[in-house]
Parts: sequence; C-alpha cells; structure tokens
Amino acid sequence: MSRAVWILAVLLSHWRRHPMQLATLLIGLISATALWSGVQALNQQARASYDRAAAIFGGTRTPMLVAQSGATFPQALFVKLRRAGWPVSPVLEGRVQVGGHSYRLLGIEPVTLPAEVGDAPTIGRASLQAFMTPPGRTLVAPETLGELQLAEGAAPLASNGTSLPPLAAQAELVPDVLVVDIGIAQKLLNKPDQISRLLVGKSRGLQETLESVAGDTLRLVEADAETDLDRLTDSFHLNLTAFGLLSFFVGLFIVNSAIGLAYEQRLPMLRTLRACGVSARLMNGVLVFELVSLALVAGVIGLACGYFIAAQLLPDVAASLRGLYGAPIPGELSLKPEWWIAGLAISVAGALIAAATSLAKAIRLPVLAVAQPQAWRRAQRRWLLLQSGASLVTFAVAAWLLWAGQSLIAGFGVLAALLFGAALILPALLEILLSLGERAARSALANWFWADSRQQLSGLSLALMALLLALSVNVGVATMVETFSRTFLSWLDGRLAADVYLSAIDDAQADAIKTWLRGRREVTAVLAGGRAEAQVDGGPVEVLGLPDDATYRDHWPLLQSDSGGWQGLQRGESCFISEQLSRRMHLSPGDRIALSTPGGDWPLQVAGIYADYGNPKSQLAVNAAALFQHFPGTPQTRLALRVEPGKIPALVTALSEQFGLDGRNLLDQAALKAESTRIFNRTFAVTAALNAFTLAVAGVALLTSLLTLANSRLPQLAPLWAIGITRRQLAAVELTKTLSVALITALLALPLGLLVAWCLIAIVNVKAFGWRLPFHVFPLQLVKLLGVAVAASLLASLLPVARLARMQPADLVKVFADER
Amino acid sequence: MLSVRNLTKTYRTAGEEIAVLRGVDLDIAAGERVALTGESGSGKSTLLHLVAGLDAADGGEIRLDGAAISALSDAGRAALRRDRLGLVFQQFNLIPSLSVEDNLAFQARIAGKHDAAWHGELVERLGLGALLKRYPEQLSGGQQQRLAIGRALAAKPMLLLADEPTGNLDEDTADGVLALACDLVARTGCGFLMVTHSARLAGTLDRQVTLHAGRLT
Amino acid sequence: MSAERHISRRAFAGGLALLGLPRPTRAQGFAGLGADADGYASVTPGKVFSFPADHGPHPDFRIEWWYVTANLKDAAGIAYGAQWTLFRQALAPGAQLEGWANQQIWMAHAAVTRADAHRTAETFARGGVGQAGVIAEPFQAWIDSWTMRRGSGFDANTISPLELSASGKDFSYAFHLEADRPLVLQGEGGYSKKSEREQASYYYSQPFFKLRGRLRIDEGPVDVTGQAWMDREWSSRPLATDQTGWDWLALHFAGGEKLMLYRMRQKDGHDYASGTWILADATTRRLTPSDIRMTPHAPVEVEGHRLPVAWQIAVPSLSVAIETAPLNPKAWMGTSFAYWEGPISFAGSHAGVGYLELTGY
Repeated sequence: MSRAVWILAVLLSHWRRHPMQLATLLIGLISATALWSGVQALNQQARASYDRAAAIFGGTRTPMLVAQSGATFPQALFVKLRRAGWPVSPVLEGRVQVGGHSYRLLGIEPVTLPAEVGDAPTIGRASLQAFMTPPGRTLVAPETLGELQLAEGAAPLASNGTSLPPLAAQAELVPDVLVVDIGIAQKLLNKPDQISRLLVGKSRGLQETLESVAGDTLRLVEADAETDLDRLTDSFHLNLTAFGLLSFFVGLFIVNSAIGLAYEQRLPMLRTLRACGVSARLMNGVLVFELVSLALVAGVIGLACGYFIAAQLLPDVAASLRGLYGAPIPGELSLKPEWWIAGLAISVAGALIAAATSLAKAIRLPVLAVAQPQAWRRAQRRWLLLQSGASLVTFAVAAWLLWAGQSLIAGFGVLAALLFGAALILPALLEILLSLGERAARSALANWFWADSRQQLSGLSLALMALLLALSVNVGVATMVETFSRTFLSWLDGRLAADVYLSAIDDAQADAIKTWLRGRREVTAVLAGGRAEAQVDGGPVEVLGLPDDATYRDHWPLLQSDSGGWQGLQRGESCFISEQLSRRMHLSPGDRIALSTPGGDWPLQVAGIYADYGNPKSQLAVNAAALFQHFPGTPQTRLALRVEPGKIPALVTALSEQFGLDGRNLLDQAALKAESTRIFNRTFAVTAALNAFTLAVAGVALLTSLLTLANSRLPQLAPLWAIGITRRQLAAVELTKTLSVALITALLALPLGLLVAWCLIAIVNVKAFGWRLPFHVFPLQLVKLLGVAVAASLLASLLPVARLARMQPADLVKVFADER
Repeated sequence: MLSVRNLTKTYRTAGEEIAVLRGVDLDIAAGERVALTGESGSGKSTLLHLVAGLDAADGGEIRLDGAAISALSDAGRAALRRDRLGLVFQQFNLIPSLSVEDNLAFQARIAGKHDAAWHGELVERLGLGALLKRYPEQLSGGQQQRLAIGRALAAKPMLLLADEPTGNLDEDTADGVLALACDLVARTGCGFLMVTHSARLAGTLDRQVTLHAGRLT
Repeated sequence: MSAERHISRRAFAGGLALLGLPRPTRAQGFAGLGADADGYASVTPGKVFSFPADHGPHPDFRIEWWYVTANLKDAAGIAYGAQWTLFRQALAPGAQLEGWANQQIWMAHAAVTRADAHRTAETFARGGVGQAGVIAEPFQAWIDSWTMRRGSGFDANTISPLELSASGKDFSYAFHLEADRPLVLQGEGGYSKKSEREQASYYYSQPFFKLRGRLRIDEGPVDVTGQAWMDREWSSRPLATDQTGWDWLALHFAGGEKLMLYRMRQKDGHDYASGTWILADATTRRLTPSDIRMTPHAPVEVEGHRLPVAWQIAVPSLSVAIETAPLNPKAWMGTSFAYWEGPISFAGSHAGVGYLELTGY
C-alpha cells in the first residue's frame, strides 16, 4: 500500500512543478462538470415541477371520464358509476380569486381517490379528518403561502365573498393551485352537486360498460405516460441539454489537451519508475487512481459552480417556462442526491474519455525507450486524413437526418452532426490554407512562419475546434434570437391591435362592464370575443372568436389567405387556422375541416393561415358571433376595447377601481406588449447566458492550449533566436500566428453559424414549436462576434507571448545545453 | 551470484534478423566489479537490459542468487529490479519533478527498504548535502549521475547495473563518478556490471569482458 | 411490533387509521378503540331491540358493522370460505348532515378462500351522497357494486332471505341466504361486554343461514352451498385502553348447535373471554370467562406476522373439547388495515366448520 502511495506522490510531484497544467486540467473538468450539471439541475427542477403538476389529482397521468360537452356534470353520475363497479373519484375544478391573484381550485374526494394518482393519497391522508370535516383545509404549495403573504391556518376570503378553509402547506403541490374537499369546492364555486371529471382507478371487479351507465354523456380520456407539460417543454429542455452537452465537450477538449501534454511530459518519468521496479499493473492502477481523484476534486468544485449557475439562471428559466407554457416552476432550487452523484460520475467519465488516448499510451508504454525520428509530418498527414474521413461520415449522417428525420431529436441531431463534422474537418481546412500560404511565401521567415504554423496545428487543433463550435453556435443562436425578436415584435403589433384587453370573471360582470363602458365616450368600440376548446379530427384545438371589426381585419397577422376570407368568416362558413395547426394537420387554404361542437360537427373552410408564435396549442379563429352560436354557454367575458389615444391609462384605472380587476385580467396594449416582450427576452436570456459561458470556455481552451504549447515550443524557437531574431520579433511572430489561425477559424465559423441558425429556424423551431420564422442575416452582429472571437484569441495568446518576450536568454541557451 | 548461461537474443527489424547475442555465458560473484565492453551495436546494452529484466531473452538462462529471471512475470521482474537490482543509465533518468533528496530515497521507499542512516551516508559520500532541496535540472551532469548512482544503491541491491554511466560526462568528472561508484559498491558488497566503451575506465575494474559477434570473450 | 397497524375486527380501526388520526398506541387501546366516546351515544344494558329498525344504521354511535362469513362446498366437495363486511365509522357526532358534509365513512372488505387461494378486496366511501349506506326498510346495505339486500318474502325477525354479492379484480360471488330461526341476541340480551369494565357493544347474530349461490376465483364460476353467519354490532367504545386485539371464532356444529367465542387480549395477560352457546332451536346459554379455555397452537408465520391459526378449545361445562384447523393458513387480509380471517374446521368431542378472526398481531 505504502508503495502505491509513494508512486502516487511521484506522479503528483509533476503537477507541483507544473501548476499551470494542473490548473488547465482542473479548469477543463470543472467547466465541463459545472455547465453540464448546471443545465441538468435546471432540467431536473423543471421536470420535478411538471411531476408535481401532473400528480395533482387528475393530471394527464390518470385516465379520466369527462363530459362529451366539456362542461361539468351531475354528481349522481359518480354514484351511478361506483355502483356499477367503476372505481372512479370525483374532481371539481374552477378558478377563484384570492388577494388579487387568480388560482386554480381543485375539489377532490380523498376517500375514493385512486391510490395510483401520483402522490395524491399521501397529500390527502396527512390529515384527512381535518381536510374533510368542517371547516376543512385548503392545501396549497408553500410558494402560494408566500405569494398570499399568509401563514398556515389563515382563512382568506375569496373574491366572491366566501371564506376559504384554513390554509395548510403541502410541499408536493404546485404553486397556483388550491386543493379543498369536493363538498367545499362545490360551495366555493357555487356548483352544488356538480363535478368536472372522474378519475378512474385501476379497474377491479365486475364493471358495466360506460354506455350502459352514463349513456353518451361521458367519454373516457386515456392516461398519457407523459404529461402535457413534459411534451410541451421538451424542446426547451432539449435546447438547454444541447447547450450543456456542447459546453461539456468544449470542457473535455481542454482536459484532453492538458492531459495529453502532461502525460507526454511524464513518459520518461514513467519509464524510470518501471526501471526502478514498479510493476506495470501497479503503475497503471495508480495512474487511473490519480486521474479519478483529480476528476472527483474537480467534480465537487464543478458541482458547486453548476449549482451556482443553475441558481442564477433559474429565475429566467422559470419565467420562460411560465410565460411560454404556463408551467409553474418554483423559484428555489432543490436537488436530489442523484444529481450530485451523476455530476461526479460525469466528471470522472469525462476525465477518463478525455484521457483515454494518453492513458492507453502510458499503459502500453514499453520499458525501453526506442529512439524514434520525429515523423510528425507523416503522422499529422495520417491523422488529418482520418479526421477528414470521419468528418465526411458525420456530414453524411447530418444529410440523412435532414432528409429522413421527423422528430425534434432528429433536428438537434442534424445540428450536432453538422457542428461536429465541421469541427473535425477544421484542421484539414487549416492545413490546406496554411500550406497555400507556405507556397506563396517569399522570405525565409515567412516560409518558416507558415511551416511552423502547420506543425503547431496538431497541438492547437482541439482548441481551435472548440472555438469553432462555440463561435458558430453563438452566431447561430444570436441570429435566431435577433430574427425572433424582430418577427415577434411586428407580429405582436398585428395580434394586439386593440388598445385595452380585459377578461371579466363571469358573464354578469362582463355585461356590467359593457353597460358601464357605454357611458364612456373615449371608448370607440367594445369588441367581445371568446374562446372555446374543441376538436378537429380528434385532436384538441383552441377556438378563438374574433369580432367582426376593422381592428382585426386590418391587423390580423395572416401569413396566407384566400380573397374574401373575412366575409366567409363573418358568415360562419370559414376559419383561419394557426400555422401550428396547419403544419400539424397539413392543412392549407381551401381545405375543409369539421369542428366538433356540442351541437354536432361544424363544417368550415380554411380561409387563411396566421402566425401564432409561442402558442403550444393548435388554434383556429372563427367569427365571434358564430362561435357563441355553436358553443352555447361559452363565457362572453373577453373584451377588447378601442380607446381614444391618450385616454387609456385613465380608463384602465377607472375600470380596475370600478370592477376590482387586476393586472391578470385587465391590460392595456402597451403593458401587454411589454409583458410579452419581457417573457420572450427572458426565454432567450438563458440561451444567451449559456452561449456566453460556452464562448468563455472555448477561450479558456485556447489559452490553455497555447500555454501548454508555449513550453514545448522553445526548442523550435531557440534556433531562430540563435540565428539572430530577437525575442520581441519571435513574440510578434507567435502572436500573429495564433491570431491568424484564430481568425481563419472565426471566418469559417460564420457560414457554419448561419447554417446553424437556418437549422434552428427551419428545422428545430418548426419541430419544437410548430412555427417557422423568416430567415434574416444581421451582418453587424456577425462583425461583432468576429471581433469578440479575435479579442478572445488575443487575450488567450497574450500571456504565453508575453512570457516568450520576457524570456531570459539563459532559458533559450538551455535548449542547446540540455539533452532532450 | 549472477549466472548467465547460453543467452541468445535476436532482433527483427525491417524483415532482417539480427542475432545480437548468440550464447552468452557470464558469472559475477558478490563484490566483483566487471566491465562489459564492445563495439557500438555489439549488444552490450541488450545484455544489460536482459539481466535487468527490462527485456526478455529468446533462449538461455539468467539466474540471480539462484532464481531464474527469465521465468518471472512482469510483476516478478519489477519486484526483482525494485528489491535486488540498482540501475544507472547514461541519461541519468532522474525524476524531474522530485527534489534531489526524494530522488535519492525513491527506490528504497518503494522497495520498503528506506534506511535513514544509509541515506545519510549516501548523501555525505555523494557530496549531495548542499543540494538536497534542489531539482535535477539545477544540477550539473556529474552531480546528476552521482545522484542516479545513489538512488540505485539506496535499497542496497545485490547487483548494480550501469549502462554507459559516464557517457555524458567529461573525463575528470567521469573518473570521479566511477571512483565513487566503486567505493560504494565496495561499501555495500554488491556485484557491479558496467557497460562502457572506454577501455581506460574498463581497466579500472576487477575484470573486463568483451562482447564480440554475439559472444563474450 | 405494531399491533396498532392492524385492524381490529369489528372495530373500524380501519376507519380510524384511514382518517389519519394520530396512530393509536397500545396505551390508548387497540387502534384507538379505547379512545373517549364523548359526544356519541353510550351502550347500556337493557336495550329493547326492534326490527327492522335495528338492521339500519345507528349514526349516534361511533362504529357499526354488518358482517357475514360463510362456509361453503361445491358439487365436487371442495371447501370454500367467503366474507362480506361493511363498516361504518362516524367522523363526528351530531345530527346527520346532507351531501358531502355527512359525517360517516364507510369501508368494506370482501374475500373468498380456498385451500390453495385467498382473494380479498376493499373499498371506501363517504356517506351522504349515495355511494354507500344501509336502509332498514326495505332492508339493503351497499357500497359501490357490493350489496346485501332483502329477498322476496323478507322477514325482519330472521333477516331472511338476503341476496349478497361482491367482486374484486380476481374473484366475485353472488349468494342467496335463508334462515328459518330467529335472530340471536349475544351477551345479556344483546349487551355484549368486552372487558370487566364498561367497554361493551350491542351485538346480535343470525347464525342459521343456509346459503346457495355461485362464486368465481380466476376460472369459471362454481355453484356452492353451505351455511353462513351474520353479525350485527355497534358501539362507541368497545375496547379498553389496555386491550391489544382479539381472537374470535364462530362455529357451526355438525349437530346444528352454534358457538361464538372471543378472547380480548390485554397487555397484563388477563385476557377477557366470552361467548354464547346457541342450541339448534336458537335458545342460548351465555358463557363467562371461567367457562372458556382457548389455547393457541404454535404460531405460524404469514406475511411477516406470527399468527395462532390453530386452537385447542375447551368448554368443560358443555363437554366441548375440540381442535381447530384453518382451511388455508394464509388467509391474511392484506387490506389497508390488515388482519387474519378465514374458514376453519374442527374435530374432537364435536366436529364442524366455522370462521376464525385474529387481530392485533
């Protein structure tokens, strides 16, 4: 044992003499682990929240019975089904306003709640008696208590004047949900003996058919393995994961170059160890142990950094997910032990992958050094050929995925293959460019400049590949974000053409508001719209009722339309469909669809397609009056107002005072636009932050590669110094060389980045969100990124070059004195 | 103590077979100092490497203190080098990241035979007292080779093997280093086999054998 | 280690545990049944029973049950057991409220047993909405699709005939029960003491049911016949605080007599035994603790519990000395609140069949 310790001490002594190498190695591992685990932490947090959401009594994970009409139905059906052997449990759902906030109220029946409904039974059983017997309990997420600024046990008043049962915190619940006993919910929502749905437990015993018990009033909705939120937010998480993975690989590039150098330098030491009587097995064991220990240390630091990164980004991620998908994510990070273990494992695995070739070389090390001539040129040629071959294969995979792939994963696959193919072919491209330069060189020094750049290529190529990846992804994402924000802003102008939007609590309030508005002269039009849920071909769609008004006719963001589309809409014969619906169902103007309504199918002709960015659901727009006719009972609570300019703030204030509306259901256009823009900006804030991290990591990779190269380059530089080139000149040449290869790389990154942007816009976005943005190129932005890349390379090369310029002649002389 | 019988070794390079050793016999007694000379490429280093267990012979037998080296596994040969042999090379082969003191003690430590008194004596005899905290790169060639000899003898081996130990040193320094080596060999009573191309240095040892055409004369 | 996790037989422990009341400790009596009965009606001697009214629920009392066990055989002579139990538990005393506000919780267990199989099912319901309940006139008890209802020509004094049905995911049954003898009042005229102190319940039985019907375990249905025993019991505090569980037997003697025995186990080892000897003409003789010797055989491990599934029973005053053996020792009721209950047979001075229940193990 002590033998192994002594050997480990000898191996480690190398790092003490080369702290920069150790730092490089650790930085690489730390950044790889930190970014990867940071992203994983965000994903895990979000998914845990979706699970919480799904677990609450009738998420999509439990099969359920709902009314064909989508409305509530009598509780008697529950009893009838139970007595017919159906293991069902009733749920009543509605919304209540408490303290200016609107909450989803769920009434559940804990005694019949199926055991398999997520965590529900434990939620219920904690204090079942208190929950069921007067005054009952309102179960809320701890975050909701915070939002209401109330303590447990408080019994707040709902906006309709009734008092909620005392609040009790339940960590398993999602925010924005209040859970009460079904009897209490029926009172609070004023729906005596009504239920929204029946959760269906695992079938048992003899059971009559649904039709024989409930006729055609109810239909069975099968359980989904995935929750809605899982599906909707998949693209977002895939996006994050892709970034995490990219950073991870960039980090591994650093590790690979650091380890490669360190092991190369330690080969003589390893030989000496073997000669002094260390067996191969023991030495290999200690080498692996050393690497794993370093990886664990780096892993722990990386995890701490990852936690920090995740904690910093979480508010933005939460805001994005809430804004985009209505997915509630608590703002505080809570991680499972698996996360920590997985983080350490990924650090160790990453270190082993990055060190694989070096480790294999050390393990297969012959005890006797065989003096070999420096055949770097031949070796490099072979390596370049191999890598270019691999790159062509990767490109072929990208092409195949583009042609054959349908899924979002395939979209990301195209991206990944494209990027890696480009990274792999980069050294060959550089080699070609440099050898062209070499051929064109006139002076001896210039000739040496090109030739030496070529020789350095193998040492720098990993760092340059990292730079290429980071830069092109930056270009791609920046282009997409810019495109997005411009398109989105002009689209918002079209979609939000009215001046004030409000949503009344119920029809009675809506009528009262309309009456009140009639007395306000500054209001030039009151446009009542509505929304309903329906199905087209069995798939759910959101039906939007548009009032027949110039406000909409002039501004609605149609991408494609028939002539006379609006007239058809007014007659209730045609509809506009969202781009998402058009893509999902392959519909185009002129096609006919049948919309299922409570009164039977409603045949409609597709008269146009409009942009509906950011909406996860399929949507179609019909005339509002026609909507209310086909969907009787649809709340007519959504009002859009045209108001004389300058009178909007006063009107909004008056409305909110008069009817107790708050920011959730009364918005003026400017505020709504600002809110929407803010949500979208925050969505991309995360992307931008990860982008910046990745670029920084690539910069570090370049810096560390140059630093490690600088030491091994002395033998090449010393002869030049000896024949009369000053250190300053040498430094200048080195700097120029680094900058020129970096610049070439950056220039190659631009077209690649645009290709990435195209992939994101034309493939990934379409598959993830169902809409496609017009593709724009922003040259100024490209120049800016190019500048950033060159500046990063400059920074990275400054330190080694400065060291060279200040190097003592004695150090250079040593090259000749030392037996190397 | 060391007994080599009918040792053969053939190298294959570029389709050509070179029989380097064609039946070598050699015996070294405890305390005996033997110089191995021969032309470049005559197989001196090969013989030394085979004795050190760094390479495997094609035929014949090497016995150290009665044990057959050729029959040992890699781990067994490593243990043999660690516990019973001391190796000195032309290129010093010190560990650049360890201080002089740690380099000196290194082999004794992994052999589990570190002896502070002997370590102190070595430091004194090798004249390394003022250099203990330095690193190999900060030493002169002679100092480095003295250190390498000290490391090889720190575990009190049975046999010291040296491959051109003075090849990189000027004559005066070489003489000094060899004298010191012989002095220490005498002090520990181990056998000493030194490969050298210098007839002058070879002459200072007890016995001289020459490798020619794959055989010892 | 955790008797408090097991149900007490006719004691709605299930109901209590279901309600997540603080887990009762032994110090509070088995499964909380020794808790204070404040606000609920008390069980006092001298009650005059009235039928059919007393077949219906007594919501003033905390707990109540309708309990049927049956010993059956099919045409091939294969023996079966069947159980149908409906428990009522009040969450709060007071006048009964309508709808979801109703204070009653209902729980039911059903089981069928064969020598090589034991199938169970349970279900829960709240009162007030119609998912479960009991009506005295016309008599019916139900929860979900499980029912016990009067047949044609129903006589409240014999609570006969009855139609009984239940089903689980791997079994089902439907039985027709008939009895030609009057109900039997247990204890002192239906006042059944559970300890030397005031713990007691109202308790009557119909042990003379003849049964025919059909049951299914996995494979196709089989026609069965046999005898059944119904217990009706209600109370507000049936258990003393230091009682940990009990062993209960209902035996059909080949000569037509019936014997009901129970032993309430106490922490101090002073068990409280009681019973009723019922002659074939339904006349009864009350058995006091000194009449009864119940000696368990070595316990058998079932589902992690050590259970005395075989007994030596002696009632010297009746010259009864028998040994009981379970039809299936693995008759563990793995319901939310678990206990052992299964058909048995006995031999010795007399022979016959019956049911055994073991709680608190």
